[in-house]
Amino acid sequence: MSAVVHDHGHAHDDHSHGHHGPYGGIMRWITTTNHKDIGTLYLWFSFVMFSIGGLMAVGIRLELFSPGLQFTDPDFFNQLTTMHGLIMVFGAIMPVFVGFANWQIPMMIGAPDMAFARLNNWSFWLLPFAATLLVMSFFMPGGAPGVGWTMYAPLTVQMGIGMDLTIFAIHILGMSSILGSINIITTILNMRAPGMTLMRMPLFVWTWLITAYLLVAAMPVLAGAVTMTLTDRHFGTTFFNAAGGGDPVLYQHIFWFFGHPEVYIIALPGFGVISQVIPAFSRKPLFGYASMVYATSAIAIISFIVWAHHMYTVGMPVTGQLFFMYATMIIAVPTGVKVFNWVATMWKGSLTFETPMLFALGFLFMFTLGGFTGLVLAVVPIDIQMHDTYYVVAHFHYVMVAGALFAAFAGVYFWLPKWTGHMYNETLGKWHFWLTLIFFNMIFFVQHFLGLAGMPRRIPDYPLMFETWNKVSSLGAFGMGLAQLLFLYIVVSTIRSGVPAPQKPWEGADSLEWTHLPTPAPYHTFEVQPEIK
Amino acid sequence: MKGTKVISTLAALAGGLAALGAAGSAHAIAWYFQTPASKMAAEIDWLHQVVMWIILVIFVGVFGFMFYACYAHRRSIGHKAEQFHENTTVEILWTIIPALILIVIAWPVTQTVIAQKDTSAPDLTIKVTGYQWKWGYDYLKGEGEGISFVSTLSTPREQIEGRAPKGENYLLEVDNEVVVPVGKKVRVITTAADVIHAWWIPALGAKQDAIPGFLRDIWFRAEETGTFRGQCTELCGKEHAFMPIVVRVVSPDDYSKWVGEKKKALAAAADDPNKQWDAKELVARGEKIYASTCVACHQAQGQGTPAMKAPALAGNKLVVGPEAPPIDTVLEGRPNTAMQSFKQSLSDTEIAAVVTYVRNSWGNKASDVQPAEVKARRK
Repeated sequence: MSAVVHDHGHAHDDHSHGHHGPYGGIMRWITTTNHKDIGTLYLWFSFVMFSIGGLMAVGIRLELFSPGLQFTDPDFFNQLTTMHGLIMVFGAIMPVFVGFANWQIPMMIGAPDMAFARLNNWSFWLLPFAATLLVMSFFMPGGAPGVGWTMYAPLTVQMGIGMDLTIFAIHILGMSSILGSINIITTILNMRAPGMTLMRMPLFVWTWLITAYLLVAAMPVLAGAVTMTLTDRHFGTTFFNAAGGGDPVLYQHIFWFFGHPEVYIIALPGFGVISQVIPAFSRKPLFGYASMVYATSAIAIISFIVWAHHMYTVGMPVTGQLFFMYATMIIAVPTGVKVFNWVATMWKGSLTFETPMLFALGFLFMFTLGGFTGLVLAVVPIDIQMHDTYYVVAHFHYVMVAGALFAAFAGVYFWLPKWTGHMYNETLGKWHFWLTLIFFNMIFFVQHFLGLAGMPRRIPDYPLMFETWNKVSSLGAFGMGLAQLLFLYIVVSTIRSGVPAPQKPWEGADSLEWTHLPTPAPYHTFEVQPEIK
Repeated sequence: MKGTKVISTLAALAGGLAALGAAGSAHAIAWYFQTPASKMAAEIDWLHQVVMWIILVIFVGVFGFMFYACYAHRRSIGHKAEQFHENTTVEILWTIIPALILIVIAWPVTQTVIAQKDTSAPDLTIKVTGYQWKWGYDYLKGEGEGISFVSTLSTPREQIEGRAPKGENYLLEVDNEVVVPVGKKVRVITTAADVIHAWWIPALGAKQDAIPGFLRDIWFRAEETGTFRGQCTELCGKEHAFMPIVVRVVSPDDYSKWVGEKKKALAAAADDPNKQWDAKELVARGEKIYASTCVACHQAQGQGTPAMKAPALAGNKLVVGPEAPPIDTVLEGRPNTAMQSFKQSLSDTEIAAVVTYVRNSWGNKASDVQPAEVKARRK
């Protein structure tokens, strides 16, 4: 993988294809089939959704700053928590990694573009429509659905037309994800440069290959669940209504059969980014490459048999509880292997701590913390005490924010020089990291205490004993929101100006985009595939 | 060093904010499990501590290595990278050892799971029904059989909306507490009338979803007397935060006394559905029922909540028209809305009272409704 290869293609990439450059203006972005343009679209789209979802989070924390009802009525509060969850999961975190995939996978495997370029355009342009439907639901009679992002039946039946818009939005988002995944699978399996065998691929590409399979398997299940909700609402079916022979718990089984793989759909590409960043700044190859691949595959497969650990309190038989507990515990083993491998990669390296590495270390430390609380929650009797409390909220934010979001930040800082041709401002990048780290922990670390003490999640008002930690958490949320404005400033100023970046700004980086391509990466790359020896 | 300055500034800031938060609250800061009042809750607490210690040791170990590498293997002190990238022995070890640790955890937990599920041979069986947004209790078997009541939040709206100072048990107080004898095995059967709720008393280590159309059960045995409070823990719509659970554990003697009093009170409260009521009496009684049952959606001035599909009752043609449609609406509910059927939870007299109240408030003017009319419309 680290073999040095001479690329005969890139020398004339810069000028030989000027005759079919992109359209100018807005049409460039609407009609583009270029993987880099589409990657950029995904990244900006996810930042916009991250901002909208973040504003909702600030609204939630504002209401929870003090006991009593101050800013929202309980119904609107439920709408905020629901939409915050849906927008962050489907609008921010999933698309950001598809953005990375679009930019990076072709460059990392030596392919000229994605396999299905027009499909790629369509996969992206489905998203703004879905997002519009989601946000529009706030303006429907009855407002957005206030059912939680998990959309449990039969509460969904009571909602207004906003629920239907949300269901259609999820259909469209699912379609986009499935099309994008098929594209990624096809690209990776068919378009690798000669000599780029599967076991030579950068780990980021591997994690995306596995994630894409998870998406193709899991998203139709979610589509099924929400479609059954739709027909229960409007067409007299009773899938989730006991009065007609259905079962409300059936919805939960279907949802979490999608939902648990979804957790890894969010986490695995982040693992991939971290597996690129840590070796680069340790100046040392990734420790245990093969075991990383096997561990990732094992996590993906096991993720399909642990779903009911989200449902310990529905009243499963004891054998069901035990099975799902054991399966959940087993998943800790391959996850542990990954963490050990990352630490071993750093061991006896030559470490520097630029912003991407700081975010990678933040990821490693806090994702592991989230993994550990996951182990606590796997234990049935403890989970029964913690289920639907703030402990769970803290747990999954450690995994999704300190996990996936930190990995995304690490990836942005890592590849921004290659994408824009400019170095970002290192001092500001470090400020962004430390502010995000501190405010993140202010928000979510104390929520472990709230959960242990018994504060249920999804409530707009709470008993007085929970006041202190809620205040700390809310203040952290306001700070975290402001810190992300700094991120926006850093990115925009890097695009517009900044010191020109060399071809390989990171000494230890060894994948093809650094070793074979100039900076910034030209519009078309690898039209002649390099040979990997 | 620029970095250290940044860190110390931020640490000072965070510390200041935390102190501000602490100063803002005179109330005790809760940060761990409530004191267990049953063996099961104590066992859960113990399991949690065991798991936490194991985690802490692993955490310190793994990140000890990481931070040591960050410190000792820096390039800035001239450390040169070694190029090893695998070690089969180490990799096998760090796969097997965590697996063994997990088996060590799984063994005692399995015992607890099996014990937690064993609801056989209870001394007392109580059926709990979740409604939007209150709890119904029926004592099915054991001493107190036949007792039945509805338990609603008793914190006044003024406290919630900030127009009055908040009381000590803010949001954790109800009009009718569940009373159980100490030391007796209590089986709780849960179900729900509308959407999924969850019944939870943290100090007793008992939580169970209440699922409409299905019966599920758990058990607890309180080891000490006292009042234990919990909240609904499954999102059930608008007033999810406002349907607490309060269990009062008393000595067997006190329990027998309570059962006697409760039965007498229930008998006295049972209204003769054939009695003719004065319109004023009905309105007065209906106002109370409205305040505990209807106000969350239909609002204090009867203006309704469009977002909840709860129409305004003030000036509503259906409300002030013939008597049958409003009675039927309360009896049967409206499908696919939070307006549930009150057939089970309200008596004929109560429905007559609340319908009369609604027909004669906020500018509405219409005839009163007698319990006999409600009785006649029950299907």
